[in-house]
This record gives sequence, structure tokens and C-alpha cells, in this order.
Amino acid sequence: MSPDWINGLLGGAMIGASAGLLLLANGRIAGVSGIAGGLVDRVLGGAGARLVTAENALFVLGLLVSPAIFALLGGEIAIELVAGGPALVVAGLLVGFGARLGSGCTSGHGVCGSARLSRRSIVAMATFMATAVATVALVQVW
Amino acid sequence: MRMIAALAAGLVFGLGLLVSDMANPARVLAFLDVGAMAEGVWDPTLAFVMAGAMAVSATAWALARKRPEAVCGGAMPGPARQVIDARLIGGSALFGIGWGLAGICPGPALTALGIGGGGMAVFVAAMLVGMAAFGALERRAPRAGNA
Repeated sequence: MSPDWINGLLGGAMIGASAGLLLLANGRIAGVSGIAGGLVDRVLGGAGARLVTAENALFVLGLLVSPAIFALLGGEIAIELVAGGPALVVAGLLVGFGARLGSGCTSGHGVCGSARLSRRSIVAMATFMATAVATVALVQVW
Repeated sequence: MRMIAALAAGLVFGLGLLVSDMANPARVLAFLDVGAMAEGVWDPTLAFVMAGAMAVSATAWALARKRPEAVCGGAMPGPARQVIDARLIGGSALFGIGWGLAGICPGPALTALGIGGGGMAVFVAAMLVGMAAFGALERRAPRAGNA
């Protein structure tokens, strides 16, 4: 096994390559909350172009099947949930609602927006990093 | 081609999260726990992931700026919006609180959905409800969309 920081750089480069592929091939920004949110809206009867919906669905499908491919290639996966049930519900609601209100999450503002030096994305990333770090600190004091 | 690119992008994104172990909430929380720096046990991995991702993504943006349209046809994204407003700050603040509570954001949530057990399913269900709630509010009082 490589050291964690090398796996981090490598995995990060793959995430960046994914964003680059979607951008250069399709002209789309790889923001997972925007993509998933677009699908949710469409399912609930909102407007949306059929082409965009199909692309969004395929991107999400790629995410969903990636663990099977990773395991097939011999990768080891450990998923350790720290938070309990009620916290997971509250966290999920905040993540889903907040990412859409703020027009993006770790991928859209972090990987994509900040890399193009969008000031909105840089401000968004600084904000969610700050509240996330503060939340972790508060939960520990609790 | 567009469809294959979208599927491949999702797949490579998920694999990148798994290679870096960032689909694992415990690893994300270990990064966000900056208090651990004092004890010398802080986990900086997420910073390396972001550095690797942003370096490649920035290169792609540099190439994208030279193209009038996408390789598979269609428009490139327009210039980034500039307005810093309450929605951007408030939404990002709420998102960060949720991220800090569980150590899960949308990409890892969907990637780990099939392997994360009932807890991950609960998180994803709540996240989709949160997204739907925003969509419902937006249809009542429409304003600027996603960037």
C-alpha cells in the first residue's frame, strides 16, 4: 500500500480528471449536488432538458457502480460511519438543502469552481470549510 | 459520446474517491478535526486530495478556455457569476454544518450508497429530501439557479 498522501494525490487527480472530462467533452461542470439535484427536480416534475437528465443519470450511475469496479480491480474499501441515526438525518437534510441553496458542494465549488478561480466558489469553500471544522469541534466538546 | 463521457466521468470520480479513501466518513472527519493537530494525530489526506483534484481541474479549465465549444458539441460553461450574496454564504454554511456532523458530502454519499449499509442509505434519503425541499421552494419563488 502506498502512503496515504500519495493515494490522496492520485485519487484527487482522478477526481480532477473526471471533472476535466465532463467539462471538455460535454461542456458540463462536475458538481455532484447540481447533478443529483437536477435529477431530483426532474423526478418531482420540474422542467429540464432530456439530454441533461440522461447525462446526469449516467454520471450518478457511474458513482454508484464504482465500488464494484474498484473491488474487481483488487481495491480494499472500508466505510466507517461515525455519526448515529438522528445525526445522519439532520446532516443529510443540511447537506442536500445547503448545497443547493449555496449553488454547489465540495465538488462543484471545490474541485471545479475554485480551480477556475471563481470568487463565488472560493468564498463558498472557505465558508463550508469553516462551519464544518467548527461543527466537528463543537460535537467533540458536547 | 456524450453519454459515454458522462458515465465514465461518474465512474472515475467514484474510483478517485475510493482510491483516496474519501468515501469513508471517518477519514473526512479526521481531516476536519483540526484540534487533533495539537496532539499530532491530525489527518491531512483530504488536503492532498483537493490539491491533486484542483491541479488537474485547473489544467482542464485552461484548455476549455481555448475551445469555442465542447468536444462532443454544445456550449462551454459561461463565465462564473461574481455576486457574493446571502444565499451563497447561508447555503454553504448550512452545507458545512451537515458535512461536519457526518463527514459525508454528496459525491461520497452516492459512491458509498451501495456499500455503506443502512446508515449511508439514511443519509442519502435525507439528502435527497433536502434537495427536493430546495427545489419545491425554488419553484414557488424562483431566483438564480445552480452555478
